[in-house]
Amino acid sequence: MSASPNTSTSLDRREVVSQLLAGRGDALLITGLGSTTWDAAAVGDEDGNFYVWGGMGGAAMIGLGLAIARPERRVLVITGDGEMLMGLGAFATVAVQHPRNLSLVVIDNELYGETGMQYTHTHFGVDLAGVAAAAGFESARTVYTQSDLDTLCASLYEAPGPLFADVKVSPVRHETVLPPRDGTYLKHRFRRALLGDAEHGTLAGRKS
Amino acid sequence: MKDHAAPAEVRDWPDEIFQVLCDAGVTQVAYVPDAGHARLIELCHANDAMRCVALTTEEEGVALLAGAWLGGARGVLLMQSSGVGNCINMLSVVQECRFPLLCIVTMRGEWGEFNPWQVPMGQSTTRALENAGVIVKPVDTASDIATTLVAASELAFNAFRAVAVSISQRIVGSKVWK
Repeated sequence: MSASPNTSTSLDRREVVSQLLAGRGDALLITGLGSTTWDAAAVGDEDGNFYVWGGMGGAAMIGLGLAIARPERRVLVITGDGEMLMGLGAFATVAVQHPRNLSLVVIDNELYGETGMQYTHTHFGVDLAGVAAAAGFESARTVYTQSDLDTLCASLYEAPGPLFADVKVSPVRHETVLPPRDGTYLKHRFRRALLGDAEHGTLAGRKS
Repeated sequence: MKDHAAPAEVRDWPDEIFQVLCDAGVTQVAYVPDAGHARLIELCHANDAMRCVALTTEEEGVALLAGAWLGGARGVLLMQSSGVGNCINMLSVVQECRFPLLCIVTMRGEWGEFNPWQVPMGQSTTRALENAGVIVKPVDTASDIATTLVAASELAFNAFRAVAVSISQRIVGSKVWK
């Protein structure tokens, strides 16, 4: 376990997430617990963002349920390598469902950032893009360079899904930027933005 | 294991569940296969209005249905009691966000079980669910299933609660080992 932290990339996670979200249009965003939530909040809090502050391993599956429910909207899940490793079975489940409107991006620093920067399995060679490809994702790649990232961003919201990208980033830690954390607030805000009051029975007080 | 001697009432309860789910507007059916749910899963797969999502582990279904609700869709999670243990931490998402969650749990290790390894989880299923904030509605007779499920779905989707209907092994039938 003496391998040094990831030195194969100079990409910065905040700049990566900022670039990923620059072209999002009306895409819906799910982030995993920890650093990817702070990254998205640093870019800017939006009603169409749902930050999963818990439930480690669940971000991709929340994205799948949303993508199936709203096939006309692009759904982007951005999560960390540790979070994704905890829900590895989701690669298989998502691939079998094959949602055309789902993109899944792992921001891979090869570390558990919130718990003391311990190595994750990706540091020792576990290839998440390989897992996604083997499971049957429509496309899967590992992003190492700015050029790779530019190519990803050109197709992130357009290419048929399920699309997977593992973006290798440097282990630099950034300031923690906190978005709202009350789960019911985030849920209501997201649904109201997506569905409007009429469909959002909890706000409209509709009896059904 | 159940067809040769089962009365009509016993044969029909999966069809009744299916009808309740249709009436409740359920469009996403998440499941880990279970013999007790086999007929229901077939019916759901055959219905164009329902998207069936086979899971590798039950906690995926808890997360899936949270996403479904975010998108305005209703779902149901079908599992065996052994799968309840796999869901515990993901249920914290449901409780914190007050997502509706409707589960139908077929019991093992609870009534006439042959496999002792099923007993620990089967015996702690109800308490585990309740500790995780899920309301449990047990059903011991087939004729009560539909009524209980209607009430559970209203509690889930109208009152925004996590609810599990647990179907006794007495109804599902013990697995026959030959």
